[in-house]
Amino acid sequence: MNDSIVRIENLVKYFDISGGFLEQLQIRSGKVRLHKTEVKAVNGVSFEIAVGETLAVVGESGCGKSTLARTVMGLYPPTSGKVFYRGERIDNLSSKQMLPYRQRMQMIFQDPYASLNPRKSVRQTLEEPLRFHRGKISAAEVNERMAEVMEQVGVNPAWQDRFPHEFSGGQRQRIAIARALVIDPEFIVADEPVSALDVSIQAQILNLMMDAQDQRGLTYLFITHDLSVVRHVATRVAVMYLGTLCELATTAELYDTPYHPYTQALLSAIPRVDGTKQKHIKLAGEIPTPINLPTGCVFHSRCIHADERCRNEIPELLSVSDTSGSLVACHAVAEGRL
Amino acid sequence: MQTKRQKFKESYLLYSFKRDKVAMVSFTILTIFLLAALFAPVLAPYDPYDTASIDIMDSEIPPSWVADGDSRFFLGTDIMGRDLLSTMLYGLRISVMIGIGAVILQAIIGIGVGLVSGYMGGKVDAILMRIADVQLSFSTLMVAIIVSAIVQLTFGVGRYEQLAVPLLVVIIGIAEWPQYARTVRASVLGEKNKEYVEAARVIGLDSKRIMFSHILPNSLSPVLVISTVQVANAVMSEAALSFLGLGMPVSRPSIGSLINAGFEYIFSGAWWLTFFPAILLIIFILVINLLGDWLRDVLNPKLYKG
Repeated sequence: MNDSIVRIENLVKYFDISGGFLEQLQIRSGKVRLHKTEVKAVNGVSFEIAVGETLAVVGESGCGKSTLARTVMGLYPPTSGKVFYRGERIDNLSSKQMLPYRQRMQMIFQDPYASLNPRKSVRQTLEEPLRFHRGKISAAEVNERMAEVMEQVGVNPAWQDRFPHEFSGGQRQRIAIARALVIDPEFIVADEPVSALDVSIQAQILNLMMDAQDQRGLTYLFITHDLSVVRHVATRVAVMYLGTLCELATTAELYDTPYHPYTQALLSAIPRVDGTKQKHIKLAGEIPTPINLPTGCVFHSRCIHADERCRNEIPELLSVSDTSGSLVACHAVAEGRL
Repeated sequence: MQTKRQKFKESYLLYSFKRDKVAMVSFTILTIFLLAALFAPVLAPYDPYDTASIDIMDSEIPPSWVADGDSRFFLGTDIMGRDLLSTMLYGLRISVMIGIGAVILQAIIGIGVGLVSGYMGGKVDAILMRIADVQLSFSTLMVAIIVSAIVQLTFGVGRYEQLAVPLLVVIIGIAEWPQYARTVRASVLGEKNKEYVEAARVIGLDSKRIMFSHILPNSLSPVLVISTVQVANAVMSEAALSFLGLGMPVSRPSIGSLINAGFEYIFSGAWWLTFFPAILLIIFILVINLLGDWLRDVLNPKLYKG
């Protein structure tokens, strides 16, 4: 793991939803004060991504996966914490200083119906990043690059004058991938790239992404909630719950021996085809709101193993044992109760 | 070029236009009016600005088909002996010019402010929108009365007559730009959170380029719709101002000042002086509004896709 491409340290992202000045005014115990309401989307997440691997981030809706992805890409400024790209800190750069990194990291979005500008043809969509980053580039070169990338993602280069509404969802996602690939990045953040697609198309797009990874030596940060997709593409998996990391392990280890109670519950929810009955772990209760996070371990309110310590003390992400590479944030696992 | 023409022929716009009789009739009438205004110097039988050709003895002649009518003057003459038809054609020309000029000015200010305000958000948005609110709280008439009074005082009435057209364009343009700003802002707010904008930011494009080349083209259809209605509004405002004597001078009348000039004589039996310009104005405004309604229905995706 010495060759990391992206490293994040204690990344925190809060969103202020308290609105205007008048909405912030509150009277508490006879005093007028300003009260800010914040959504704590990401709370101190740290990990590194090695060159050439695919790190999948999984978790339920609203657990901060997409916020994490966007903060890594620099679309949101982090509230605190650091983002490093090949050892250089990038979270505090101005947009101009960020430009060289923009060529090297790209993003694929969830909804191919929204991620392509409806007024721009395929050619305009693909041309824009090329011309913007490469500056002086001849028309012949642009055409050559575009044709090459379109060929690679499986969209006929003859269709370059068509508009997004003339394509199906799968084809649009291919074009969106082409837009990310056209400037030759080395790191791609994929924010649920297949969740908006038909199941039959999902596999095609995943295979396309994996082929591109082989050919170009790409590194992926893969955000998803689909555990069967994770198994197919990921090298390592990070499990998130309410903005914190529960467990980080290689794919094989995570599926073989999940340690964290939340991971165990998640994995037990995958439907099986072979008909064998499996003990389904049912989680009781609702997900706590990220505005008022639970004290201690964020999962304690729904965890069957929670005790007094879990309610008060925030668990750290620790290595389970010397033999296993899994990192788990759970008191019960650390104490050997589980 | 062939493909573009082909595309237009197959477009939903043309399809719905062909099926909507109201839209077709409105469009035809509007085109006739606009052409008449554009070619007024060619079409008009007389030149109402040429004082040498006007004979005061011809004043207040009723339309040619009425008793006492003169076959030379189809719609009769006004109190100065000008042919009413020619004066109306020239007046329409001035009204349309002011209307379109004012709308262009409104659009430039409004789209710029709305785009910046919607995209930047936060304090910039709050300040710009409060300015727009302040502007909206003054009525067009009040602004116009104050400005034209000041201009008439400082430059004198003679000079004012030359300045009247640009002045009215500026007054009506300034008074109504918040309409555009609000419409554009609303549609920018809807567009700016879409993923293609984030994709553009990931590429590293600067805000100016994202605003003008990505968001603006996607927020223009409501602008197109209000533009039609705003032209009608601007022509109406101009007519109202002229009717109050604050708009175009009688020597270079617009439709509004013609209605005003004739209004004084309506009880002395010279009904045609007010009647014909008023009918022209009503039809013109009605036709534009009907076209605007049709355009809104066509461009509203909820109405035709759902």
